[in-house]
Amino acid sequence: MMLSIRDLRVSFARERGPAAEVLHGIDLDLPKGRTLGIVGESGSGKSVLSLAVMGLLPRSATASGQVLLDGQDVLAMSERQLCGIRGRRIGMIFQEPMTALNPAMRVGDQIAEGLRITQGMPRADARAEALRLLEMVRIPRASERIDSFPHQMSGGQRQRVGIAIALALKPDLLIADEPTTALDVTVQAEVLDILDDLVTELGISLMLISHDLGVIARIADRTLVMYRGDRMEEGETEAVLRRPAHDYTRKLIAAMPRRVRASLEAPHG
Amino acid sequence: MAEILRVENLSRDFQLGQGHVRALDDVSLSLEQGRILGVVGESGSGKSTLAKLVMALDRPTAGRVVIDGQDLFALPPRALRQARRHFQMVFQDPYGSLDPRHAVGRIVAEPLHLDPAAPKGAARRDLVAGLLEDVGLAAADADRFPHEFSGGQRQRIAIARALITKPRLLVADEATSALDLTVQKQILELILRLRDEHGISVLFITHNIGVVDEICDEVAVMQDGRLVETGPARQVLDHPRQDYTRRLLAAEPMLNVIGRRNRAPV
Repeated sequence: MMLSIRDLRVSFARERGPAAEVLHGIDLDLPKGRTLGIVGESGSGKSVLSLAVMGLLPRSATASGQVLLDGQDVLAMSERQLCGIRGRRIGMIFQEPMTALNPAMRVGDQIAEGLRITQGMPRADARAEALRLLEMVRIPRASERIDSFPHQMSGGQRQRVGIAIALALKPDLLIADEPTTALDVTVQAEVLDILDDLVTELGISLMLISHDLGVIARIADRTLVMYRGDRMEEGETEAVLRRPAHDYTRKLIAAMPRRVRASLEAPHG
Repeated sequence: MAEILRVENLSRDFQLGQGHVRALDDVSLSLEQGRILGVVGESGSGKSTLAKLVMALDRPTAGRVVIDGQDLFALPPRALRQARRHFQMVFQDPYGSLDPRHAVGRIVAEPLHLDPAAPKGAARRDLVAGLLEDVGLAAADADRFPHEFSGGQRQRIAIARALITKPRLLVADEATSALDLTVQKQILELILRLRDEHGISVLFITHNIGVVDEICDEVAVMQDGRLVETGPARQVLDHPRQDYTRRLLAAEPMLNVIGRRNRAPV
């Protein structure tokens, strides 16, 4: 199993009073090559869950349970061990590509940085690899764009650079937290196509967090529905959407625009 | 039906280095009393530039904005100020648009300074209390501060503030885009109810074509500063005439095909 989470509980210390528990015992399994969508609204704990997998919880947080990455418990790792898995074993894609990228560094250098530091790759080789990655995420005229700064690119292109950085060290698991939420719908569709193709091609696992059931339906093999730190239901995405087992899932579906709900009732139409 | 808003051949250029960029290019629109007009487009389509011009928060390079028969940019400053009570705005970010140091009652009453005949004292408090209840909050919330409210509740406060001068036109610029879906649904229902009860007209600016379908009577599709297609919302969405409208509709994530494996290989 690529990722197994067992009874994960996370609580945050408060200045006064007992710690506030925000994840109340989450279990999930994500096999290699599969995609898992995590859907929920603000305060559902979906982002805390992704931070726990990366070992990026803030100091004020306490986690219990197990987060097993290929059998190794991330929660039990030292900071040094965590540095060894972040980027190399787990790639991360963030919501806001403008703030996730370094504004003062050319995008090619940002993609090459990890390769040079962690693998000691020579400058010319790292640049060639960065170019290959830019082509892989379908940046048009990649050989010209490699020397661009982030502000010279559109939002969709910046997010593709973010994906290239996440894939540079050939991770087995990709975590994407609302990766298309800041993008226009036509650009969102392109980025989801690229993510789908790459995950399939490279045979890696993807955990995608979104508040949008449409995005989840597009890319997730299985879906976990969360609400206020609890798991509401988990299953094959098709079953969760067409035959929701929980009232909260039904409420989420009912909140979608009429056109989208109608498309659920008219399969392949 | 009385026409509340008419936008005539509106253009807005912005300086960019040596040249200029045309953010809004010869746009004409009309909105009648009690109707909701959706303006939908992606980033750079000019939809927010249009909203700012309709609110007279910016001046056009060419063209006119006529609200209730008054040409906004031909009005002397004093008259424009007085006219402002007839058009109010709800912004996208409910965290940035409410002053955190003011109690909700003061925030909601703020636009009343535009109206010299506005009620004072107890009558003003009653007016604020009534509006808060109208948008689904409690009269006692007037004494609380913005940080005590969730994003959806803050947007209700912003709507109460926009309604206090009994405007004829409400401009909502991505007013539900920052909200959770279940909260968005509640706010959309609120806007529909307020329209039915008060006969207010709404210019609803959004990037989300699904939301247009939920509450708009008419829709105007924009791309690169131009109007691509206008018409009754149902007709434009069900039978789009323009390629760009079709592309926008096709890009919307739908639920008819679920999961990667069911997708036909491209």
